[in-house]
Amino acid sequence: MTATLTAPAPVKNKGGKPKANREAILLFLPALLPVLILSVYPLIRGIALGFTDARAGLHVETNFVGFDNFGKLVQNHLFWDSFRIGVIWTLSVTILQFVAALGLALLLNANLRFRGVARTLALIPWAMPPVVVAIMWRLLLHPTNGPVNEVLQKLNLTDHPINFLGDFSTALPAVIVVGIWVGMPMTTITLLAGLQGIDRTLYEAAAVDGASTWSQFWNITLPQLRTVIVAITSLDMIWNFNSFGLVYVLTAGGPGGKTMLPMLFAYNEAFRYGNFGMAAAMGDVMVVIIIGFLFFYLRNRLRSEA
Amino acid sequence: MRTRSGVRALQYIAVICYLVFLGFPLLWLISSSLKSPQEFASITPSLLPKHFDLSNYTDALNEQGLVRGLSNSLQISIYSTILVLIVALPVSYALARFRSRLRPLTNGWILVSQVFPVILIVIPLFMILRPLHLTNTIPGVVIVYMVWSLPFALWMLQGYVAAVPRELEEAASVDGAGRIRTIVSIVMPLLRPGLIATAMFTFISAWNEFFFALVLLQDPQLKTLPLVLARFVGAEGQVQFGPLAAASVLATVPSLVFFAFLQRRLTSGLLSGAVKG
Repeated sequence: MTATLTAPAPVKNKGGKPKANREAILLFLPALLPVLILSVYPLIRGIALGFTDARAGLHVETNFVGFDNFGKLVQNHLFWDSFRIGVIWTLSVTILQFVAALGLALLLNANLRFRGVARTLALIPWAMPPVVVAIMWRLLLHPTNGPVNEVLQKLNLTDHPINFLGDFSTALPAVIVVGIWVGMPMTTITLLAGLQGIDRTLYEAAAVDGASTWSQFWNITLPQLRTVIVAITSLDMIWNFNSFGLVYVLTAGGPGGKTMLPMLFAYNEAFRYGNFGMAAAMGDVMVVIIIGFLFFYLRNRLRSEA
Repeated sequence: MRTRSGVRALQYIAVICYLVFLGFPLLWLISSSLKSPQEFASITPSLLPKHFDLSNYTDALNEQGLVRGLSNSLQISIYSTILVLIVALPVSYALARFRSRLRPLTNGWILVSQVFPVILIVIPLFMILRPLHLTNTIPGVVIVYMVWSLPFALWMLQGYVAAVPRELEEAASVDGAGRIRTIVSIVMPLLRPGLIATAMFTFISAWNEFFFALVLLQDPQLKTLPLVLARFVGAEGQVQFGPLAAASVLATVPSLVFFAFLQRRLTSGLLSGAVKG
């Protein structure tokens, strides 16, 4: 989607067409082979694997089994749990992150002092490896010597230390907070770029007409940002639904499967139990869900724009 | 006037709240890495260590696995960055300059590669690389990373190429320079900021990558830094938080350095990718 939004405008070819095409192909050549072998082919093969009983191991026979895997998945309640958790995680992180990032972007766009410093600091989570982020939050949320519990107890909000990542009721919300933290920079920067692209004179005209700040936000800022908002929330949604490393290190899907995102479930299926076919079938389901979701989201968004 | 300054004050308070939320975790990690084991065990943790203790860092660096992980990560990141630049430059040039049938295909591929869950790709990749004896090797991971960071690199670079004035190239071709010569001596120097930005993104994404490495590298000798760190966490109970925090800080340093260097260009670079379209 980024691609469609950002593809450079077509440029008329000045040279003769056949020659230019041959040149273009020549320039593509070094990328073509690795991309075909290591991206396009695995993708197609991956989709197809979902319809087989492929297993790990070097000389294992693989048979086509049609929709068997999907039938088994439908009956597996762990699979449904995992997808429910995945949807809760994806929607919560994407929506809360968007609201938080929009607030921050508006502040960074306002004429405040120390804006540059604030912007740099706001980008910190972006630069960190997900594994380090997970380790860091495990320290922060640690039940006995983490600062979060310390503060909560000082404020008398709780009388006993909370094991955020180990408790059935708090694990998923805690993981969601970390997810929001990680994704904020990208969303903020994109929204900030969108804000800076809005024509100043729109606000001046509105101010002359006596429009309040609130109505300016509602009638100018949001409509002007629409494309950027649709783009970044769609991307966030895809990334969050497909995320793996962060939660793998934070909780490994625990406690009791309460944070078992679909990717973690599929990973275990493939590389812990060796059921390649089954894991690929889960991947297929994930693709269908993502595409279906994007289809409805983009159709509604873009239609209301027209 | 009073409401205005009131609003201002609220805005500053809000910014500070955001910055605490975003910045405090890293401060805590750094402070943890400087605490002595005794202080770590204390029930009332404080942000500032009572006295700065570098022993966590020496402990971390004495750990065999960590140093090896560091060196593996460094090698893999550097090689894949170089490969990405070599491959991405001609392609992004062609994407920005030619109206060829390959362009919609490439853009479609960039899109698809963002949407598909990696689990679908990693299983066949594993099945392709294993018979070639490329699983459990550094070159195997390097080529996977190259292909994997290519979409974003292309997306970034083609924006920069589109910003190079065509007139310069036409002048060069009037002077008799061929296409390759034009790219090397006219376009590349002008693209330097774009190439640097792309290189940094590629480096950091390889440095931070976890999933492919987890699947493709089983040999403890070859594990990258994120894998080594994750394994330390897995072994909790015996785990010592101090050295773990120190190693985490070390793992973040390259990204932060690159990032500080890049920060200025970052916003404008992203903008140029998005707007020059």
